[in-house]
Amino acid sequence: MRGSLWIDDHYTDGWQPILRGAMEGLVGLEFIEGNEAIARAAVKAGCRFFAGYPITPASTILSHMLELLPSEGGVALQAEDEIASIGFCIGAAMAGAKAMTATSGPGISLYSENIGLAIMGETPLVIVDVQRQGPATGSATKGADGDIQFARWCTSGGLPIIALCPATVAEAYELTYRAFNLAETYRTPVFVLSNKEVSMTCEAVDLEAIELPPLAWRKRPLEGAPYLPHQFERADEVPALADFGAGAPTRYTTSTHNKAGRLTADPEIIQEMIEHYAAKIEAAADDIALYRYDPEEGAETLMVSYGITSRAARVAVREARLKGRKVSSLVLQTLYPVPERALRRALAGVRRAVVPEMNLGQYRREVERLAPAGVRVSGVNRMDTTLISPSEIMVRGEL
Amino acid sequence: MDAAILQTYMTKELGPLPFCPGCGHERLLRELDTALVKLQLDPRETVIVTDIGCIGLSDPYFVTNGFHGLHGRSLTYATGLKLARPELTVIVLMGDGGCGIGGAHLLNAARRNLDLTLIIANNFNYGMTGGQHSVTTPLGGRTATTPGGNLEGPLDICATVIAAGAGRVYRGMTHDADLADRIVDGVRYPGFALLDVWELCTAYYTPQNAMNKRELAALANLTGMRTGLLVEKARAEFGAAYRAASKAAKARPRLVIEKAFESALDRQVGIVIAGSAGQKVRSTATLLARAGMLCGLDAVQKDDYPITVMTGHSVSELSLSPGRIEYTAIDKPDYFAVLSEDGLKKTRKSIGRLPESCTLYVDESIELPDTKARVKRIALSQATKALGKLTASVVAVAAIVADAKLIPAEALEEAIRRYQPPAIAETSLKALHKGLQLAA
Repeated sequence: MRGSLWIDDHYTDGWQPILRGAMEGLVGLEFIEGNEAIARAAVKAGCRFFAGYPITPASTILSHMLELLPSEGGVALQAEDEIASIGFCIGAAMAGAKAMTATSGPGISLYSENIGLAIMGETPLVIVDVQRQGPATGSATKGADGDIQFARWCTSGGLPIIALCPATVAEAYELTYRAFNLAETYRTPVFVLSNKEVSMTCEAVDLEAIELPPLAWRKRPLEGAPYLPHQFERADEVPALADFGAGAPTRYTTSTHNKAGRLTADPEIIQEMIEHYAAKIEAAADDIALYRYDPEEGAETLMVSYGITSRAARVAVREARLKGRKVSSLVLQTLYPVPERALRRALAGVRRAVVPEMNLGQYRREVERLAPAGVRVSGVNRMDTTLISPSEIMVRGEL
Repeated sequence: MDAAILQTYMTKELGPLPFCPGCGHERLLRELDTALVKLQLDPRETVIVTDIGCIGLSDPYFVTNGFHGLHGRSLTYATGLKLARPELTVIVLMGDGGCGIGGAHLLNAARRNLDLTLIIANNFNYGMTGGQHSVTTPLGGRTATTPGGNLEGPLDICATVIAAGAGRVYRGMTHDADLADRIVDGVRYPGFALLDVWELCTAYYTPQNAMNKRELAALANLTGMRTGLLVEKARAEFGAAYRAASKAAKARPRLVIEKAFESALDRQVGIVIAGSAGQKVRSTATLLARAGMLCGLDAVQKDDYPITVMTGHSVSELSLSPGRIEYTAIDKPDYFAVLSEDGLKKTRKSIGRLPESCTLYVDESIELPDTKARVKRIALSQATKALGKLTASVVAVAAIVADAKLIPAEALEEAIRRYQPPAIAETSLKALHKGLQLAA
């Protein structure tokens, strides 16, 4: 990924503390914050509708979208509250627009019911959660990764969603773009789990140099064939989507429904639909999984990290290797569906895993449940608004 | 659509309507159907959005698009649909319950004036959940949750949205002979149109309160809530206004930074500037970051300031490195500048922990706590007395650049020329030269 902060062979070939000339060849360098990268990625991904409600540290996504969308023929507006923000987006998404909303933890609480609706209606939608220290109002302008499990379980019914987590401004750009592709491909809400420390930090970045996959759009129904809004043959198949107003009249409903989008109380159909919502995400877990695995031959320890903390974790891994420790590193960009195959592979053969997180150990639960018997999983946790440092990871992670 | 005239917009596919005998919803939907026939709208471009409650069962009985969302939020989906696809005709059916839980959306739809039609099936209670009281239950009205009679006064929905600026507001009863025509008027109105339609709930409210058609009409007099067309006025429609304003919209040009200088910096350095609001701390840190990038360096900046932005401290942290910067916090600063008492107050704890390797630049007038850092006093307040308070950060940054030789001073000068507006750059250049002198 040229132009991003991570060069994959950073430390497999022996880390050089100074990579002189790391910026060479990047001709489009800008100095921008993560939230601007998120907004620009959205526009690049074809987003033409944004609604949000002011909340630090997500507010500047709203202001960037207000600046960027009108000249693209899109609509960006501030709604009366968070519930309206996501409601507007769901309506716009079903009328054919790629849509995004952005908030922080308190706003996700208010999005909760509508996230369930988006799952139920199979609505492509990107939700940015710029995490801040909580609970409740917390430290409004300080970072944390306190919503990691909340994103997964934030709505009643407990059905799966997709969540990506950027560590850098460059990744904020790349992963937001990919979030739209995933939302369209799987007809589902997709979280971008940012953090104040990524979103409101300015970095040197060349967005144009970041390699992106081709744009994805929702699958369209075959012309002439009768259209069912939730049509599938296999449970894990993603139904085609016809926009409101684009063709034959269509239906959308929050209530249990059949493939035609009509109310049903038939337990067999209800079960079939529920299994479909889950299967289309879970069956695609390997395709959705984004991670960087940096194995060390004969490693005793696996460092599992994500988001802003992964930057300190990688420094810690590098330092530990210089001390002669055998450590592998797995940095996750996809948090949900949990990249289980990658985690199992990385966990195989190690004696212990260390999971540093800016929360009290939320993702550690996922590592623990996948770890083979005998593998000790421990956390390095901090939720005091400050970053976890490489030296703290080394000391508390016993590296 | 086909040239054929549609005789009805309702489908018989689902059988008869599912409402209780005598329920006002059935009559209301028949009137809506009559209105749609009069309007001859293309069903493909018409959406009936329904809220939760018995009225939420309605949309599948129409051949138009149907959108059935969460309780109280129907106006929000309607807003998104209409903004994303302005050619749609969007009609919202909501109960009085939705007006309570979705009150904020009701007020703001009236205020915003997007071209939507909201029909409220107002039967004074929650019929779907067992006849509980709603925001429109009359004073004294008996419901499942007000067994002794309602003690809360009813919300006058029409007066409320009129106060919020609604352009077309009508109140009537389901059995009004002209209801279909009034629905036609509402749909044709180019803005937010509301129809508050009073109904009988034969399962709960009507039997509990000995209500009938005559009583319903009398209720209007009793409560002083007027009926008929209450407001009709011309207002700018939001969607059209938004699209017109968008024509002039332009995004800022990107500010691309190309390497123009060399830097001798051979390690990652952390610089902290601690000052006050109004001292241009953040923008000057950005200036130094860009100057570093002009020298091919990587840069990371984080700022800290109170939510009351024009007062108190302003602290910026800036990392510069010839290689990529990974860990973005500055645990051991290399250079630390204290520009004011606010900056000192905020960073007092950090100053106490500064390592010996750190150089601390501080104005002559400021009394420092104990620190291991190497302290360099600079005549900052004297310099800014002549140049103005806004220049404090540039003077300090120039002094650091000259003293620490992080980057050539020419790079900072070039950054000022390129990235600051000419009027500000003029003063900044003076401040730059002052800072260079101070360091000498």
